[in-house]
Amino acid sequence: MKLTVWTYEGPPHVGAMRVATGMTDLHYVLHAPQGDTYADLLFTMIERRDHRPPVTYTTFQARDLGADTANLFKQAAQDAYDRFKPQAIIVGASCTAELIQDDPGGMAETMGLPVPTIPLELPSYQRKENFGADETFFQIVKTLAKPMERTKQITANLIGPTALGFRHRDDIQEVTALLSDMGISVNVVAPMTSSPADIALMGAAHFNVLMYPETAESAARWMERELGQSYTKIVPIGVGATRDFVNEVAEMTGVAPYLDTSRLRLPWYSKSVDSTYLTGKRVFLFGDGTHVLAAARVAQDEMGFEVVGMGCYNREMARPVRAKAKEMGIEATITDDYLEVERTIEALQPEMILGTQMERHIGKRLGIPCAVISAPVHVQDFPARYSPQMGIEGANVIFDTWVHPLVMGLEEHLLHMFREDFEFHDAAGPSHHGGHSPLADAGGPAPQTPRDISSQEKMQGVDVIWLPAAEKELKKIPFFVRGKARRNTEVFATERGVAEISVDTLYEAKAHYAR
Amino acid sequence: MTELPRLPAAGGCRDTPILKQRGQREVFCGLTGIIWLHRKMQDAFFLVIGSRTCAHLLQSAAGVMIFAEPRFGTAILEETDLAGLADAQDELDKVVDELLTRRPDIKQLFLVGSCPSEVIKLDLSKAAERMTQRHAPSVRVLNFSGSGIETTFTQGEDACLASMVPVLPDTKERQLLLVGALPDVVEEQAIGLLEAMGIGPIKVLPAPRADDDLGVGKGTVYALTQPFLGDTHDALTRRGARHIPAPFPFGEEGTTGWLAAIATEFGVAPDLFEKVTAAPRARARKAIAQAAEALNGKSIFFFPDSQLEIPLARFLTRECGMDAIEVGAPFIHKGIVGPDLDLLATGPTISEGQDVDLQLDRAKAAKPDLTVCGLGLANPLEAEGLATKWAIELVFTPVHFYEQAGDLAGLFSRPIRRANLLKLEAAE
Repeated sequence: MKLTVWTYEGPPHVGAMRVATGMTDLHYVLHAPQGDTYADLLFTMIERRDHRPPVTYTTFQARDLGADTANLFKQAAQDAYDRFKPQAIIVGASCTAELIQDDPGGMAETMGLPVPTIPLELPSYQRKENFGADETFFQIVKTLAKPMERTKQITANLIGPTALGFRHRDDIQEVTALLSDMGISVNVVAPMTSSPADIALMGAAHFNVLMYPETAESAARWMERELGQSYTKIVPIGVGATRDFVNEVAEMTGVAPYLDTSRLRLPWYSKSVDSTYLTGKRVFLFGDGTHVLAAARVAQDEMGFEVVGMGCYNREMARPVRAKAKEMGIEATITDDYLEVERTIEALQPEMILGTQMERHIGKRLGIPCAVISAPVHVQDFPARYSPQMGIEGANVIFDTWVHPLVMGLEEHLLHMFREDFEFHDAAGPSHHGGHSPLADAGGPAPQTPRDISSQEKMQGVDVIWLPAAEKELKKIPFFVRGKARRNTEVFATERGVAEISVDTLYEAKAHYAR
Repeated sequence: MTELPRLPAAGGCRDTPILKQRGQREVFCGLTGIIWLHRKMQDAFFLVIGSRTCAHLLQSAAGVMIFAEPRFGTAILEETDLAGLADAQDELDKVVDELLTRRPDIKQLFLVGSCPSEVIKLDLSKAAERMTQRHAPSVRVLNFSGSGIETTFTQGEDACLASMVPVLPDTKERQLLLVGALPDVVEEQAIGLLEAMGIGPIKVLPAPRADDDLGVGKGTVYALTQPFLGDTHDALTRRGARHIPAPFPFGEEGTTGWLAAIATEFGVAPDLFEKVTAAPRARARKAIAQAAEALNGKSIFFFPDSQLEIPLARFLTRECGMDAIEVGAPFIHKGIVGPDLDLLATGPTISEGQDVDLQLDRAKAAKPDLTVCGLGLANPLEAEGLATKWAIELVFTPVHFYEQAGDLAGLFSRPIRRANLLKLEAAE
């Protein structure tokens, strides 16, 4: 039993729903109690989908448990087929149905429905949403895709995009354009946009572009083995990664590498003098492994930030994330415990968080700016405008998105100079944001702050006390660097065995850390 | 003299045959109630014993992720709990100890059963008893079920309140108990009106804090403020308290009918009743009239969701001039919504439970001007050209009593006004 407040990933059957909802002409018959229908709103509300997800829930009740839930399942499957006439059906159980062991897969097979029926085994008490998506897509591909003659011209399948994915909609367009510029066209995009009939044609492509390892790596490996299609290992997020991706595709296909950089602005924007203030900004990265790995490279090499911490919530990606962290000389946080992520951020005191919607809330509470780089998603992660993460436009979007939460160049100095100004004060926040960034203590209806029972894990800084004059001096430092100043001073004092921080200690630390 | 709501000349819906279909139900489970209950009871923590799905539902149904640490959480069952490798009761003790150490401000802990915990027959009442002894007197531990196999949406609140009734101390005092979790502002308005009529003492279930001196007994009469409190109603009756049947306090008529039933019970003089209610009644009528302009003559179709459907249909048809086509409710408890059914003129189909695909067919054929439904159905119906009102807003928003009657009508008129407002096509 594990105490959980917020979760990064849903249960595995939600992953299966992301695959089914992204596709067309596929139906998912899910053995589940009525409450599980909440999952529909993820798609209709967060993603603003204009159709119900293609899912029939059996919605059994307590009184059915003693009677015949198996028959209920068969009836639901038959009704779903009759009503929706899908090209293929996937069947499975949610966490509760898994316990009553009705074997939906076996039952569906005996029904003799005239379309392929694909059973899913998604262990709800061991695995999570990304696994569910990956496994479901793999089973669909394994059942429907067959070796076949390749297309005459060089084509690729784009695999991995699903419903409710972070910017998947726009990444598809961007990657399609990257390939098109090299004279490579797209055979099938799956699971999102494809029907079971399209999946059956996947074997015609010359290779696969694995856009999101989280949701399509198993399928990519299977297709490599069974259909002889190699797949790309580089995810084209950021300028460097996009260039590497182009070279990787060129090597795989024998086509000359080509990248149209006429619209690429990130490098110049990053070099232009206004961006000097980005130098060495301390950032913390958290999200799914793929986006965090990409963000680490962009943050360090393309924005000139200092990555002070990174991690991911999906254990499947723990190994590469740990390796990257080691390479950067930091420790990786691999956890799906929201409170642990919050503690880590609190201890590291970064100047910016690049995380998920959950870290955005941590940032709000701690007064640290945050930009969102990964799922889990919220309604605002589905902007009306074109807003990819991948390719050339993706790099431009990333520059804008990451810079937006920060106080900009000259404003930083002005805030410093006029810190007593009634409008230009401490807590006013970046002037290009309409509202005011919340103060740490302006919690609104927030309940009592919980007592932290993990103080032993916290920064060493807790042993040091601040003398009133130093505390006052600290308050004169603008809020967006105050956290860093406090932390640096405390570390500085602790390392030197200084128990009380005076104004002098503060400035000695400042001199020590000057860069 | 105050004019009370008149019964429809052609008869009400109390004896209308109820359409019952069995199929997929597109509804939340009772766990959803935790989202508002944990804000209402400020020293309570709700611990769901369930799966990752339960935790995911709670954060998704909230629609927002509350940035502070919420006063609810999920003890997620793992493989070892299910395989019997770990004693689930011991594991639960560990989780609760961890939780109470972390949150010493908690005075009431609710262990909330879920679909998985019920299927594996985890005995939460035994656990609650043991923990109450262990943590007494600082924490009281209760249990109820919010599972999807036992409860639908607002039934979670019912189960929670019903679980509190047996442990309330006995009192012989003559008192009025208002039952149902309402936003504070609304609750205070109701109490203000009743006190102005000289009625008292007035108590509220749920009380905002565990140590409030709330008791129940033979001298207690109670009025429900929400129509979904069937089990709580039964539990209070078992404690000797007596129910005051009334229409629910939505709109001017509902509020007047509800107040009048209580006033009659307490022997309030008619002119005092008139004096207290005249001004807010007039305000409510005026506010409703403004919002109702957009609703007059429009048709409405209710999908089953919160059990508020029947009282709301009564309000919208009688006070806002709407025509109800179908009024669907997850459950119909005539002992509770009977007075509202009496006031709702015959005509609409009254349905209980759901086969969502068949009901969608009916809604699409009827082409109502406004469809009240859950979040999973709203955008798909909008995409087909039907204006919708999300039902969940009705349990999150202050909508009861006179001063909110205009807001309540406004919740329904806004989608229609918006549809008229948007001009997204090219000019002629």
